[in-house]
Amino acid sequence: MPPVPSPTPLAGGTGRWLAPGGLVAAGLVVWEAAVRTAETPTWLLPAPSVVARTLWIDRGLLAGHATVTLAEIGIGFALALVLGVLLGAAIDASVVLARALYPLVVASQTVPIPALSPLLLIWLGHGLGPKVVVTALVAFFPIVVGTVDGLRATDREVLALLRSLGAGRWARFRLARLPQALPSVFSGARVAVAVSVIGAVFGELVGAEAGLGYLLTRSTAQFQTARVFAAIVVLSAIGIGLFALVALAERVLLPWRRWTTDDGTR
Amino acid sequence: MFRRRPRHPGVRTADATARGGFGASTPPLELRSISATYREKGATFAALEGVSLSVNDGEVVALIGPSGCGKSTLLDVVAGLLIPDAGEVRIRGRPLVAAERLGASAYMRQRDLLLPWRTALGNAALALEVDGTPKRRAMELAGERFPAFGLEGFEDAYPAQLSGGMRQRVAFLRTALAGRPLLLLDEPFGALDALTRAEMQAWLLALLEGGRVAVLLVTHDVEEAVLLADRVIVLTRRPGRVTHEEAVRLTRPRRRTQVMEPAFLRHKAAILEVLGLLDGDTV
Repeated sequence: MPPVPSPTPLAGGTGRWLAPGGLVAAGLVVWEAAVRTAETPTWLLPAPSVVARTLWIDRGLLAGHATVTLAEIGIGFALALVLGVLLGAAIDASVVLARALYPLVVASQTVPIPALSPLLLIWLGHGLGPKVVVTALVAFFPIVVGTVDGLRATDREVLALLRSLGAGRWARFRLARLPQALPSVFSGARVAVAVSVIGAVFGELVGAEAGLGYLLTRSTAQFQTARVFAAIVVLSAIGIGLFALVALAERVLLPWRRWTTDDGTR
Repeated sequence: MFRRRPRHPGVRTADATARGGFGASTPPLELRSISATYREKGATFAALEGVSLSVNDGEVVALIGPSGCGKSTLLDVVAGLLIPDAGEVRIRGRPLVAAERLGASAYMRQRDLLLPWRTALGNAALALEVDGTPKRRAMELAGERFPAFGLEGFEDAYPAQLSGGMRQRVAFLRTALAGRPLLLLDEPFGALDALTRAEMQAWLLALLEGGRVAVLLVTHDVEEAVLLADRVIVLTRRPGRVTHEEAVRLTRPRRRTQVMEPAFLRHKAAILEVLGLLDGDTV
């Protein structure tokens, strides 16, 4: 049978990069030309070439701040992954827990981060703490939803088969339910890693001393617009890179997905 | 009785039989007046009414009947997945409640139910792993049987890479490796094309020649029932009751060529007659 297209959108030959690459290139050319013709001041809108030059000149500064932001994302996402899967499993395991936890999980997503940030600053200080918390807070939600959906989708007949063989609750979870849920957990993780970048930047907007979000705020205040753009480019690169990393992990850990469609059947 | 529930009651008592603990004539499976209801989409149907039957060592008993006569429900009851409303299920002469029957038999359904994330080898080894065999050892044991099941070279293939017939053979190997003295087969070849189906029936016949397993086979194919079974039990429309029992007197080992023998056709005609399919105006 023909192999079903891979579920990871970033995989594939170089050919599929031609269209988006060309589009971005064309946009940059138009932008560059417009800024030069209109002689727009750099503090208002820097030309792509100026942004590129700033990226190179400020590479040390950007790398330093990027390291801090990456650490916040890494710790926050890891925390979200562990908490998200555990919460998802708890919600699935018992109706009482589901009734108790699910509304709280949803409510946690309605908390406005700008309102929360100053409070976290008071409670946890100026270090990594508040940023990690904000990152984990925005990232754990898609993972919980992915885990719950994945666990609920288990094939009843497969469970009956395992039960008839004498498999207990834990064996059924380990042999059938958890592996069946993993693709859905990974879908959640891909969304989570993307929003965790936003989470870390939000966390840095108030009371930070380092990080790309802090650099953004400071550079905006100083009208160093080219540096703002450079920081945004680095943030985008981090987002795309982490997304690709999760997609790669999915391909390596779930090799069987290459031959199946999204519902796990042929 | 305050005894700990044995992990596999059927297996345990089979040993007891070998030691003379029970009479050698105690059948591996005995059903006494089983009545059961079936629930679907909130509605309740009477699926079985007073069904009694037994399966002896090394015997294949086929259950046949119109669709919706509770054949599958009966297998669910035997496997311990469904609690009957009335009646008794005895495994090796011992009456066991549903929870105690879990693990006593190996169940194979029309859908192969292979786990898509496990290779063919991993799927075949599943029942062994459930029994507590370490994964590596289970895979080893399964691998030894691959050539005999025509699966050599496909050990590392995922189910999605296999043909329908091969998938069903992996499911079959998983069932055989479970090593249970009682096999419950629910239209195991129903989803296969005619050729693959004939091939799989030959596999099953070969497997049955070797072992002394007892088989309860649900089918809607009269020819398959006569070819494979020692006895064919015909159930009525829902609620299913035993309406006829046909003892198949054909020599073993069975061959496909036997389907053309007069004795085979007589058995087939007798069953079709009970099913009301010889009137000429149906089918």
